[in-house]
Amino acid sequence: MPDTAVAEFKPLSRTEMAARAARDIPEGWYVNLGIGIPTMIADHVPSEREVIFHSENGVLGMGPQPPKDQVDPWLINAGKQYVTLRKGGSFVHHADSFAMIRGGHIDLCVLGGFEVAENGDLANWATSENDTAPAVGGAMDLAAGAKRLWVLMEHTTKDGRSKVVHRCTYPLTAVGAVKRVYTNLAVLDVTERGFVVRDMAPGLSFEALQERTDAKLLQG
Amino acid sequence: MIDKIVQSMADAMAGIEDGATVLIGGFGAVGQPNQLIDGLIEQGAKDLTIALNNAGVGRTGVARLMDLGRVRKVICSFPRSSDPVVFESLYKAGKLELELVPQGTLAERMRAAGAGIPAFFTATAVGTRLGQGKETREFDGRTYVMEQALPGDVALVEAWQADRWGNLTFRESGRNFNPIMAMAAKLTVVQSQHIVELGELEPEQVVTPGIFVDRVLHVPYGDPPTF
Repeated sequence: MPDTAVAEFKPLSRTEMAARAARDIPEGWYVNLGIGIPTMIADHVPSEREVIFHSENGVLGMGPQPPKDQVDPWLINAGKQYVTLRKGGSFVHHADSFAMIRGGHIDLCVLGGFEVAENGDLANWATSENDTAPAVGGAMDLAAGAKRLWVLMEHTTKDGRSKVVHRCTYPLTAVGAVKRVYTNLAVLDVTERGFVVRDMAPGLSFEALQERTDAKLLQG
Repeated sequence: MIDKIVQSMADAMAGIEDGATVLIGGFGAVGQPNQLIDGLIEQGAKDLTIALNNAGVGRTGVARLMDLGRVRKVICSFPRSSDPVVFESLYKAGKLELELVPQGTLAERMRAAGAGIPAFFTATAVGTRLGQGKETREFDGRTYVMEQALPGDVALVEAWQADRWGNLTFRESGRNFNPIMAMAAKLTVVQSQHIVELGELEPEQVVTPGIFVDRVLHVPYGDPPTF
């Protein structure tokens, strides 16, 4: 039997996911964006809404990527992409940069994820116990230290497995840290009762969303 | 007259011993003391422990130092890079020890070493593989793991400007780990793009005061490579 629900709704594109998350970031927040789709959020915050972007390598007040012919070779972000500095921006060393994170000064961090569990656990740095070259970067600092942690990721893996789970199976990045998840299918709040659905892709029913989700969902 | 400026790479590298812990500045290709790394390769010290953010790209610099079998252990947060071929093959072959450290913990461990703090507690890595086996303690209802300071025998640092007292400035995101590594090592060796007269740097502009610096070599190489 064909899955009729698939035809009836349209998952968000990566750009739309970034734009959806950007909508919820108010003026005045200091925000750190992880590598991948989260980085795209900055492109969807209108420039008149002053949101200050932080990058772990010591850049506060980061602006968009420059055109190729205006690259400044001394100015990169944590993803090692060329960026710009907005008026009012500043440079700090790594310990100060991570003091901003670990000291709870960053209002929001948005990371990518392999799995988010209904208890707020995040797994996003290693996929097995014996990775060939495990790499963690600043993910654990950001997850544990930011005032709020949101995760922006596809709802399922390429082979259809739910990344919104009852309990994480991959090695954890942080325990009980995630406050909200933005996927291509839904916006979910992590609460004491579990995941509460705040928003869904146009045309998607709660039942169809639950069908694609490992964790039990609650209607908002 | 105090003069920390050295005239040759050999002078800059003098006395670095086998078994030393070497802190190496830089994040990506920016603020990385490439010429000092080549100088260390030339100098010959082996059985090194190196602490840095990334474990080398391609086959040059830090990757070459590892390729030559001179590194026993790498302490870093992100061993992967665009081309981590040397690190991965040595690590898989069991010829290289890896201590993986969250980036902020890595920075704070060196800052602590520079500030005379032997250990500290952090929420980072609590309940994860990287927090396993570490002492934990609760403060105000939250659990923290204890992390120990990471002092270096040597720090290799890249600066933008330096004077003969070793006062330093850094360029944009080239600052990264450099100032904290300069604080954390017994012997801090700097390569600087520009050498300026004493008094030329505004006191407010000095990022790393010369008290943290032992040697300065003038290396006016220009901009980091772009891609």
